[in-house]
Amino acid sequence: MSDVRPTRHDAEDRGSFGRRRFLGYLVGGATVVAAAELTMLTPPAAAAVPSVPQVADLYDLNELLTDAALPTSQLITVTIHEDGSASFALPRAEVGQGITTAVAMIIAEELEIGLEKVRVTLAPARPELVWNQITGGSNTIHAMYYPIRVAAAIAKGALLEAAAVLLGYGVDRLTAYQGLISAPDGSTASYGDLAALAASPSTRQVAVDLKDDRSFGVIGRPTNRIDALAAVTGTKVYATDLTVEGALPTMVCRAPTLNGRPVSVRNTAHVKAMPGVTHVALISTGVAVRARTFGQCIDAIRALDVVWQDGPVAGLSDADILAGVKAAELPMPALPDNLLAKTISADFTFYFRSNSAMDTNSAIADVRSDRAEIWSSLKNPIWTQQRIAQSLGLPQDKVKVNVVEGGGSFGRRLFSDGAFEAAEASQVMGVPVKLMWHRADDARVGRAHPMCTSRVRAMHSLGQVLAFQQSHTSVETDYRHGVGEMLTATAADLPLGLGNLGFAQTIFNTTQVIPYDFGVLLQTIMETDSRFNTASMRNIYSPDVRTANELVVDQLAKAMRKDPLAFRLEFLRNARLKRVLQEAARRAEWGKSMPAGMAQGIGVHVEYKGVSACIVEIDARPETVNRRVWNGVTGPRVTRATMVMDPGLAINPRGVEAQMQGCINDAIAMTLTSSLHLRDGHFLEASWDNYFYTRQWNTPPQVETVVMPSDERPGGVGEAGVASACAAVACAYARATGTMPTEFPINHNRPLGFEPKSFIPPVPQSPTDGLDFTY
Amino acid sequence: MPEQTFIVNGARVTVDVEDDVRLLWVLRDILAINGPKYGCGINVCKACTSHINGKAFNPCAVPVGALKADDEVTTIEGLPGQVPDRQRGEHGLHPMQEAWLDRDVAQCGYCQPGQIMAAVALVNKVKREGRSITDADLDAIRNICRCGTYTRIREAIRDGEQRM
Repeated sequence: MSDVRPTRHDAEDRGSFGRRRFLGYLVGGATVVAAAELTMLTPPAAAAVPSVPQVADLYDLNELLTDAALPTSQLITVTIHEDGSASFALPRAEVGQGITTAVAMIIAEELEIGLEKVRVTLAPARPELVWNQITGGSNTIHAMYYPIRVAAAIAKGALLEAAAVLLGYGVDRLTAYQGLISAPDGSTASYGDLAALAASPSTRQVAVDLKDDRSFGVIGRPTNRIDALAAVTGTKVYATDLTVEGALPTMVCRAPTLNGRPVSVRNTAHVKAMPGVTHVALISTGVAVRARTFGQCIDAIRALDVVWQDGPVAGLSDADILAGVKAAELPMPALPDNLLAKTISADFTFYFRSNSAMDTNSAIADVRSDRAEIWSSLKNPIWTQQRIAQSLGLPQDKVKVNVVEGGGSFGRRLFSDGAFEAAEASQVMGVPVKLMWHRADDARVGRAHPMCTSRVRAMHSLGQVLAFQQSHTSVETDYRHGVGEMLTATAADLPLGLGNLGFAQTIFNTTQVIPYDFGVLLQTIMETDSRFNTASMRNIYSPDVRTANELVVDQLAKAMRKDPLAFRLEFLRNARLKRVLQEAARRAEWGKSMPAGMAQGIGVHVEYKGVSACIVEIDARPETVNRRVWNGVTGPRVTRATMVMDPGLAINPRGVEAQMQGCINDAIAMTLTSSLHLRDGHFLEASWDNYFYTRQWNTPPQVETVVMPSDERPGGVGEAGVASACAAVACAYARATGTMPTEFPINHNRPLGFEPKSFIPPVPQSPTDGLDFTY
Repeated sequence: MPEQTFIVNGARVTVDVEDDVRLLWVLRDILAINGPKYGCGINVCKACTSHINGKAFNPCAVPVGALKADDEVTTIEGLPGQVPDRQRGEHGLHPMQEAWLDRDVAQCGYCQPGQIMAAVALVNKVKREGRSITDADLDAIRNICRCGTYTRIREAIRDGEQRM
């Protein structure tokens, strides 16, 4: 494939949505391999509004990531096989967001083949892709929609040309449908029959027209996931389900303070002699133990006697870190507050929240003296390969990095903490390892959404909002993965965090928009304190930024004696957003009468080339708030949620609905119940009975999700609903209780809902009474 | 090393392993039965939910030595075998799995085997009690889904209940 060269749009057709002629390649070989390299960027929306457009109005993160993908995506290839199937190795990570299904649908549509005939696998790390192998910013479909279609269309074109020769008709008289090409006389040839015949002897450039959107039969049809059967039969394979010769279970014993380091082990011989244990080894993050079973790893970790060096936040608690964040807050321009112009000021605090997935950080590593192979769910496999090669002292091409499907990510797998540890442990031990983080480690040491503050100042006068300012200050969000490749990662790692702050400011400025006509708009970000393990959590800044925004929007509406819905519709400066809000209001029965202690709340959001509006109902009556669930957290309950989204063209509306439902549950957790408490140098939460992600007793019994038809290019959907739902829950809570909350989640500073587990040993023992609780 | 004998998914197995190793690790690390997932190891996330003698339990909290030779363990892999052929759906699966497919419940899928095993046991339990699933029953399910598929889980359980 080294002879594939970059291609470009046909110049005359650039930006045209009427005629869609693109250029790509047929790659020389024994079967049909079609390649494409292009993206069609939508022109920036005209900003005919009084508010000066913000950066994200004109150029958002999706465009940044899509442009980053431009130079190299020629290597995206669709291959036709002799059994009539098509295959595509997706250079992205599937972690539940449904991109393998959406990509298979796009291929099935353009290639005219049954969905069941399309095989989508995850590509291993391919350094030649440079920028184009990061899964983030909900960008996969937005960036790859046209390249994948073009490759599929070129493959179909080659098959049609071969069929023309075989069947004796011109291409224009043939029809392709369901993997079969038919001639007017009824004769047919299947893609399988044609695969070898249609192969190109050499690589050549090909021009191709894409299908007319109006003839779509697969794209836009609600479709079940292609991996659902594997999921419900227990055969879907995650990293820890793989069998790699000799890779025995391995876990790490960690320091009692966050990011503490091991100094020495006092009882190695004793632990090594424990049942099942094969290896005990010091690695940079702790003491790794390898055993026949993970249960025996847990036993060994609990028995280890280790001398530790304290981590960088030893002795510190939430209040200390918050004081540091507040000290880093930049001054905000003073706004007048007098008889003519009133200024509403509100300061909000958001505590650390975990992006821990069900499938903990895990990886298999087989490191030999001259090569290494890794298996893990990775959103940045190229950077992972480079880092691992560097630390092992191997050439990059001697480290094979395989991307395995992940059991959730929520931002966690942008980094590769499990893979790095597995590689180190395998090298030190000299044997393959299947390394898995204990849940306690994943919760306490795993990456988290950083603590932050958001200050909002809104000035209004005579029924107009004249200025709206928001200053966001955060513990550093780690972007040291760069945009997927070592060079940009190194830029993010410049001294003093300056490089990382540049990334933070770019991401903030390209994602954040105040969607209202509020006069002079100003949003700033400052980040400080790099001592924590953080990462972009689902929807990054937006859930907190928009929660703070929308709570103040409700305050403005109240000050002007306007209904929250009417106020928003009056001031929204985005027609798509108005449309989804009106639809949400109608479906949610906005303004219906509710008992005291219950209320509705609204949140809206623009991001990932789409818009969403969420309206929830919350029950904050004492009998609900104080209901008891054994070993669980209750509090106010969101009883109904309505989410309307215009995500651009929805490839798979059923998948979009699934993501919206997930976003609603994330929002309930982030706003009401789930956070990490830093106390005396470590996070207290050590499992799901401490970290209160939304459970069945918190989830709304009534949920309605609506995907609006749209003519816009497909946007991203995996994260798009979190911000609007967070804001809606917060606003509903404020209206139900008559008090605007300023700390999130709202229960963070109430008495702990659990007894903290031990720090030495760092992992809890498994219970033995499971048979007492059968049902 | 002691021998452990029990029945899993209809087949009698004998494994050489210490008594105190929890069944989850015997299933996953020794028998390569990977449907039950690890999510916490302390019986709170319920990702490993399976059945013992027809009732839901969590193998992360049961030492393998506690099993008797005739104890029948069923994991998600063995669930279709728990119903007669005529009750299986178009994919040849248990009615609850078929409901899960029709509702397209799974996102990342990691917790779903445990969710389905819990759902089947819950429906069987309310049937034994001569009633049907209520919102309160659904609220009481302790299996965590970090993707937040709860809405479709609730729909699929009610659907599966009709089919069972």
